[in-house]
Amino acid sequence: MAGIVSYGAYIPYYRLPRSVIGNMWGGRGGRGEKAVAGFDEDPITMSVAAGLDCLKGIDPKTVHALYMATTCAPYKERQNATIAATALDLPREARNTDFSNCLRAGVSAMQAALDAVNAGSLDRVLVTAADMRLGGAAGGDELAFGDGSAAFLFGNDKVAVEIEGSYTLSDDLADYWRSYDDTFVRHWEDRFGREQGYMKIPAEAVEGVLEKCDLEQKDIAKVCLSGANARTHAALAKKMGFGQEQIQDPLLESVGNTGTAQPLMILVAALEDANPGDRILMVSWGNGSDANVFRVTDEILNIRDRRGIKRHLEIKKTLDSYGRYLRWREMISLAPPARPPAGAASMAAQWREHASALPLYGAKCQNCGTPQLYLSQSSTRPHVCLECGARDQFEPYRFADKVGKVASFSHDFLAGGVDPPTTAAVIDFEGGGRGQFNMVDRETEECEVGIGVEMTFRKLRYTLGAHTYFWKCKPIRD
Amino acid sequence: MPGSIKDRVAIVGMGCTKFGERWDASAADLIVDAAYQAYEDAGIEPKDIQAAWLGTATGSTGMVLSEPLRLQYIPITRVENACATASDAFRNACYSVAAGIYDIVLALGIDKFKDSGISGLGDGGSPGPSHAMVAESTPPRQFAMLATTYFSRYGLSFEEGKHMIGRISWKSHQNGMRNKNAHFQREVNMETILNAPMVSWPLGLFDCCGVSDGAAAAIITTPEIAKGMRKDPIHVKALQIAMAPRDGNFNTKYDFTHVEATVRAGEAAYKEAGITNPREEISMAEVHDCFSITEAVTMEDLRFSPKGKVQEDIESGFFDLDGKLPVQLDGGLKCFGHPIGASGLRMIYEMYLQLQGRADELLNPGFPSRQIGNPKLGLTHNLGGSPDGCAIFVGIVGLPEV
Repeated sequence: MAGIVSYGAYIPYYRLPRSVIGNMWGGRGGRGEKAVAGFDEDPITMSVAAGLDCLKGIDPKTVHALYMATTCAPYKERQNATIAATALDLPREARNTDFSNCLRAGVSAMQAALDAVNAGSLDRVLVTAADMRLGGAAGGDELAFGDGSAAFLFGNDKVAVEIEGSYTLSDDLADYWRSYDDTFVRHWEDRFGREQGYMKIPAEAVEGVLEKCDLEQKDIAKVCLSGANARTHAALAKKMGFGQEQIQDPLLESVGNTGTAQPLMILVAALEDANPGDRILMVSWGNGSDANVFRVTDEILNIRDRRGIKRHLEIKKTLDSYGRYLRWREMISLAPPARPPAGAASMAAQWREHASALPLYGAKCQNCGTPQLYLSQSSTRPHVCLECGARDQFEPYRFADKVGKVASFSHDFLAGGVDPPTTAAVIDFEGGGRGQFNMVDRETEECEVGIGVEMTFRKLRYTLGAHTYFWKCKPIRD
Repeated sequence: MPGSIKDRVAIVGMGCTKFGERWDASAADLIVDAAYQAYEDAGIEPKDIQAAWLGTATGSTGMVLSEPLRLQYIPITRVENACATASDAFRNACYSVAAGIYDIVLALGIDKFKDSGISGLGDGGSPGPSHAMVAESTPPRQFAMLATTYFSRYGLSFEEGKHMIGRISWKSHQNGMRNKNAHFQREVNMETILNAPMVSWPLGLFDCCGVSDGAAAAIITTPEIAKGMRKDPIHVKALQIAMAPRDGNFNTKYDFTHVEATVRAGEAAYKEAGITNPREEISMAEVHDCFSITEAVTMEDLRFSPKGKVQEDIESGFFDLDGKLPVQLDGGLKCFGHPIGASGLRMIYEMYLQLQGRADELLNPGFPSRQIGNPKLGLTHNLGGSPDGCAIFVGIVGLPEV
């Protein structure tokens, strides 16, 4: 039977305390903090980050599809999932699909993946859900929304979490919405959404799934319930008949409301502490509700080395500048740069050279065994070995999954950009090979020759309405 | 076996414009100024020029030269080799005379950057896979890495390292303020240098040279013809170019504390000129101090200082104008300025003036002499590119009898 084979998650390094927002606008701000994606992160890069965590120790070429869910896709037309899938090194034959436009899109992607595996049409499907919804300055959503992602791998073999039952209600109750022309989410009067929507519809779905599975509330170890607000979240859980100890923390105080990613991130957190045999109920909300009952197997004990939610919560830096956040989100008009804009990225060159850009392939010389990158403005495919001089005797060699040490670096204040200074570092990879990359999620004072770094997939440039993605490096923090 | 250029060609005339932010002058104005200074210095007419080599990083075709000078249908080759552009134009001009093809040729370098509206250089922006280079990279970033690793490898604290490279810029300002054609002619104290804003950590504002407008020119002929033209022609002793395979960012063997192409070009030049102990035999040098740290490692790469020990020589004043081996006598790229396509010929110009005892022709009134005593051999060095990969020129000029 199909089920979850692996899980992973990602929470951005920076956390903005709600008190910092409160100080800016003169309000209380509220409790806790929210996770804030860096200036060079988006749902594609966060999907890759969660995907990397999920695929730890798993050959990405054995994954046959990426279902990527987000309501904040960088492209309306151009498959977001395929950019992420290529960065994750899924095979070209992968049947990738974008799931979007609804906060339940992540759960819908999970259900579709389960169906595809159960039907036997796909062996292994990776699902990612990532969001970074933008709240307008000084509004409630700015305080509430946080950024993050989660990933699940579905398959038939070594299933760690089985599905026991599923119940969906679709309902076009529009308590919030965002058209293509809207930057920010719009809301109808909140009492309408709460009284006719959130407090009723998920409860109906839960009732449906429990009846279908012939289960009672007491049979559920943990409830992973979506929710925009801690108070109503607790009220709904209570109304549905669950005790406080059954409720998995919805991460609202530590991460914020991560939209499409929220139910999946809560489920990852639940699985991190789950015991074999536990039943877990996941309940989504957004133009309807899905209630899914999962059952944990012994295999869960073999996939506990993920960073998941727990470790990512610890890997953090407090962002004490609201101005820096506004700048990252392009919510403020900046002084024009003193340098001319860079030339447009070439779609043709990026397509031709995508093996180096997206999955970060270099080459390994079959004659002398030297791994090597070649990243020049004219080409990224080596022909002559830099060590032995052999011509065209290379096999592909991936660097994205290698760690390395800093051989040299500089903090560049001249380059400008959204978050100066730009830190550039030359990285010597474990196992051989070297490359120069930008370094992110770093404190300038911690940079030294010799520190350990890992690779992270990020946005590099934006020209002619297109993003150029590439890998950067960041200090290893666990 | 490669042949040697030693004493096979002579410089009989040179010219160099004032470098700087030449809001007043076009590229054509600068070319005419430098060329006619050189004609006059050599005592020739434009019609005597049989062929020319033009160095420029920005113009295209030899017509950049023939048009303002109204040169009539002679062969002109445009040369580009980044910051080694002018030196390579000079090198090719010298080879044509040594080969016996021409008697009198012109080498001229020019660049005019200050109409661009920005400080420093732009991004280039050539098409290609835009992820391939770290996007929006800047020259200071690439050279700052030399400082980062040099300090780390040789155990210099940030303060010691900053002082060492700051002392290099201090010296350039000491020399530049005496020179009436230099871009920057202001004395700057160590405190100002050390406290200047960071450009690319650990390089601050005064660790970086400016970008300038300017042109420089040389008239080259055979030693035999030169004797009839003037009493003090200067001979070319060595001309070497070494092109790195640009693998420093990919090859773990590169240590980011030296520039291998400088070592290679330097050793080849010493061999060509018959020099065994450059620290003792070279009288003076103009090297590529695009950034202060570049000058520091170049002193080691050219064997002026032992490896890892340049700090001692810098701090003791060994490379000062009154030191044993003066370096950047005219202020260097830091203060004389850096119009990329002209810089190599500007360096040779300073060696030429010093060897002829004419350095005070450019003395700012009221300053002590900038002429050094009895120089015999002068070395010039350009670095086009960045430490991980660059075009290096090392040339040596000297008195005919040396």
